[in-house]
Amino acid sequence: MSSSHGGYYLPDPSGWPIIGSIGIFTLALGFMLFLNDVSTGPILMLVGAGVVIFMMFGWFGTVIRESEGGLYNDHVGLSFRMGMMWFIFSEVMFFAAFFGALFYTRQLAVPWLAETDLLWPGFEGGWPTAGPKGPMPIQADTPTADPAQFSTIGPWGIPLLNTAILLFSSVTVTIAHHAIKANQRGTLIFWLAFTVVLGFIFLYFQAYEYAHAYGELGLTLGTGVYGATFFMLTGFHGAHVTIGVIILTVVLLRCMKGHFSPENHFAFEAGAWYWHFVDTVWVGLFIFVYVL
Amino acid sequence: MATAEAAHHEEHHHPSGIMRWITTTNHKDIGTLYLSFSLMMFMVGGAMALVIRAELFQPGLQIVDPHFFNQMTTMHALVMIFGAIMPGFVGFANWMIPMMIGAPDMALPRLNNWSFWILPFAFTMLLGSLFAPGGGPASGWTLYAPLSIQGGMSVDMTILAVHMMGISSVLGAINIVVTVFNMRAPGMTLMKMPLFVWTWLITAYLLIAVMPVLAGAVTMLLTDRHFGTAFFDPAGGGDPVMFQHIFWFFGHPEVYVMILPAFGIISEIIPTFARKPLFGYASMVLAVAGIAFLSFIVWAHHMFTVGMPLIGELFFMYATMLIAVPTGVKVFNWVATMWRGSMTFETPMLFAISVVVLFTIGGLSGLMLAITPADFQYHDTYFVVAHFHYVLFSGAAMAMMGGAYYWLPKWTGHMYDEKLGKLHFWLTAIFFNITFFPQHFLGLAGMPRRIPDYALQFTEFNVMSSIGAFGLGFSQLLLVYVVVKCVRGGEKASAEVWDNPKGLEWTVPSPAPYHTFETPPQVR
Repeated sequence: MSSSHGGYYLPDPSGWPIIGSIGIFTLALGFMLFLNDVSTGPILMLVGAGVVIFMMFGWFGTVIRESEGGLYNDHVGLSFRMGMMWFIFSEVMFFAAFFGALFYTRQLAVPWLAETDLLWPGFEGGWPTAGPKGPMPIQADTPTADPAQFSTIGPWGIPLLNTAILLFSSVTVTIAHHAIKANQRGTLIFWLAFTVVLGFIFLYFQAYEYAHAYGELGLTLGTGVYGATFFMLTGFHGAHVTIGVIILTVVLLRCMKGHFSPENHFAFEAGAWYWHFVDTVWVGLFIFVYVL
Repeated sequence: MATAEAAHHEEHHHPSGIMRWITTTNHKDIGTLYLSFSLMMFMVGGAMALVIRAELFQPGLQIVDPHFFNQMTTMHALVMIFGAIMPGFVGFANWMIPMMIGAPDMALPRLNNWSFWILPFAFTMLLGSLFAPGGGPASGWTLYAPLSIQGGMSVDMTILAVHMMGISSVLGAINIVVTVFNMRAPGMTLMKMPLFVWTWLITAYLLIAVMPVLAGAVTMLLTDRHFGTAFFDPAGGGDPVMFQHIFWFFGHPEVYVMILPAFGIISEIIPTFARKPLFGYASMVLAVAGIAFLSFIVWAHHMFTVGMPLIGELFFMYATMLIAVPTGVKVFNWVATMWRGSMTFETPMLFAISVVVLFTIGGLSGLMLAITPADFQYHDTYFVVAHFHYVLFSGAAMAMMGGAYYWLPKWTGHMYDEKLGKLHFWLTAIFFNITFFPQHFLGLAGMPRRIPDYALQFTEFNVMSSIGAFGLGFSQLLLVYVVVKCVRGGEKASAEVWDNPKGLEWTVPSPAPYHTFETPPQVR
């Protein structure tokens, strides 16, 4: 058992962090070997990912047991909440780096490249562009088979639909939050499950769009700086939506098992905050990547 | 609560031996781990510096080949920045912040353990890259594209190691911010916090804001290397200069990450040995906040010569010069604290005073570098090397040494050997200046940095610098000896240790008990 100091719960020594370190080290080592075409790379990556997942089950499982065992007071809960807020802030800054790359290339690098005519004679600049040596852009949403050309995904089709889906999912998760505070279990589970489903639909549409871009539009990660910023921004966003869906799914399962109380539901709040964060990033993406 | 009862028996459940250190959730244990790791990396990075100085002892190529020389300059910086200085300060934060604000421990103890235990793995990866096919990373610690894109497997290892260090730093910083905001004892208002706590609060904020940006930058490098993106490739519409912008958006706040906690440490030491309260506490806090704010809008002064629009050069020049204002406030306040104090000169105070003097020299050479037209002359010369060693070694590292001597009695319960401590100080201070002061002249005369050979007219100053470096390096073995000796025994230290020092850490016995402030103290 662990100790409680002035009511603030301090955990016992724990083996989970070192297991996590071994996991991410193995994962990183495997990834590095995979990138350099060493055949053991993918196996090490799988092992590392397995260890990380094992660590997450173990570590979060411990925290959930401690929480349900009533060991955490409001003071501890506040630490968790502050920790989550600052973690989300760090995620915001991670996306800021890629948004910064988008703004810099689009507003400065590409126009300068077009101005210095000596280096790449005839390069016009403009946006979208895959650069002077990349494929040339053609009219939006015109399928092409020509490898020298690419086209972009127009904003008013699936991306607009996806915007609506994510914004609506922010509403549904908020309804679920009101339900948990009012202790209405049925309503809570319904709206939270609905949120998770919306998340899955969003991810399905994104995957569909990626297949469309690669298969028909000639738009890939290698399509110059447009492809790079497009796929890295939407790709990292998609990865974060996936993480968000997993968090909310775990929270949903815990709701169904009867966890949480109207006063005490940190995991729910953290998941909801994370969800609002990925929604907000998407709005930024929709405006700066798709529309403008 | 059942747990309160269990608290009395908990020692029985604690693993012993190596497992105690691997699984610990105690802030003091973790602080010790951080400090030991930092000292170890300080020696590793120092050894690399000596390889560099050995090669530069004479003109011509004699000891290592140029490619290995480049690996040494790269690794020396990465190891010292991410392995010695940053973990060292986190070690101080772990030990001191909970004791200074009257908290039982850090807010998130298990996460605290993870923050540390990622580091040995990250550095296994980083140092292992020296043995990768083609050798270690040789692009300089700044990893500028396109050089880093052309590097071998070791660049991938460096990138992934940087990712791991980033996770460690961000988690550690989150823990510190939450601890400071949520764990203060009743009555410990923000404006009553010791200045060390303030500087770390702001440092942690900087870390959370910029480490993810570095992660983004190296991720782009990785995808440019392996997944066909064109972030830094003009043929695809990208720009290698963009890497420098993103990198230094991280890099400049990072500079303050490495110096603000040092400011905090000497702001604790000077009042104790001047026997006067810190002069201008509120202005110190504001100055730190001001420096942190300015750190976000000055990054391009690292790249004045890269080709920027005139308006950019001017903006970054003026913004950079503004930093001299809050920094000047701090230096003024330290001097004013000492003014008419009844000063004594124990080892911590000697280090603190030398930090004030030598850091100021580094600050003034920084002001010279901030002037764009002058920087065109100084850029990438030994003047820059001298400048940042004056702020990082005689600023950050020597402040940590002073802090270590200051709090060692509190940590171990024993007084360190004052004679040896003073000897260590004088050797360090003198050899440091022999090493780095001549580099100012080398730089002004045009000797470029990161080059294993030089023209004959630079010989004398390089000989001097190399002799100083070896003296400086071997003097640090004395530090290790003094620390080990102090840990193993010595004169018993009282709770106060010094002459009436201020702060909650001096109200608990020395050595500080494993759990301090189980019931929060009342601060008036």
